[in-house]
Amino acid sequence: MKSNLTQQNLVSFFVGLLFATGLAISGMTQPQKVIGFLNPWDWDPSLLFVMLGAIGVHLISYPLVRRRSSPLLDTKWHVPTRKDITTRLIVGSALFGIGWGLSGFCPGPALTSLASGDMRSVLFVAAMIFGMILFKKTEPFLRLRE
Amino acid sequence: MDLNSTLSPLLGGAVIGVAVTVMLLFNGRVTGISGIIASSLSKPSKQGLWRWMFLAGMIVGGLIMQGLRPDYFVNLSGRGLAVVTIAGVLVGYGTVMGSGCTSGHGVCGMSRFSVRSALATITFMLFGFLAVQIVRIFFGGLA
Repeated sequence: MKSNLTQQNLVSFFVGLLFATGLAISGMTQPQKVIGFLNPWDWDPSLLFVMLGAIGVHLISYPLVRRRSSPLLDTKWHVPTRKDITTRLIVGSALFGIGWGLSGFCPGPALTSLASGDMRSVLFVAAMIFGMILFKKTEPFLRLRE
Repeated sequence: MDLNSTLSPLLGGAVIGVAVTVMLLFNGRVTGISGIIASSLSKPSKQGLWRWMFLAGMIVGGLIMQGLRPDYFVNLSGRGLAVVTIAGVLVGYGTVMGSGCTSGHGVCGMSRFSVRSALATITFMLFGFLAVQIVRIFFGGLA
């Protein structure tokens, strides 16, 4: 089966729609819930249950799907296979964590909550895109092993 | 514990689990949102259009849910515009440097027992906790 780009694009749109719906239902578009999860003194367990729900489904579906020799609409899998633990993995995740705790936003919920028109969502997404470009521009100077 | 902090997140999480399964089954890809956003910023191509379609789906999904349940989108974090902007730069910079966020590492990576993703998830949870505590202790929860 050769890769069918038009159908892949439609699936991607549908997955984005479904993902955003799941984020909204789960309460992740309310940053106070994420901040509450990261604060044991006034704990909000929502994020734990979101992870349990999502990982619970995918833990079962992942090995079942990967029994196939290829995806339904493509000739090969595009799943990451790297196993090396690098400085940039840990430092990058730490920086992300600080921003996540400061705002209560990670990329998905921030993008979904643009719909609210809240200036904090708009500014966060704009700043996030700036940060992504900034990393690509500064990467050559960091001298980190890839 | 109320249903808003247990059953709704569990249900929403399961919907996310189904979404990433559909992406894997049909397109053979991991649904890592930071990676999709970052890669969509490079030169547009026919092969890369799926990323824009995914992001459009997320925006439309947000608009539909905002129409149905505007209460799901109320930001009571108390964080100001300056803090949120600094946070956004850190999240953008950090997720590209660390090759993933809550969706790519947290959901997709952990589900396939990736050690890289598990370490990334532990790291961003730990530093998220530290950031929240610093705001709580030094700024009384508001900043």
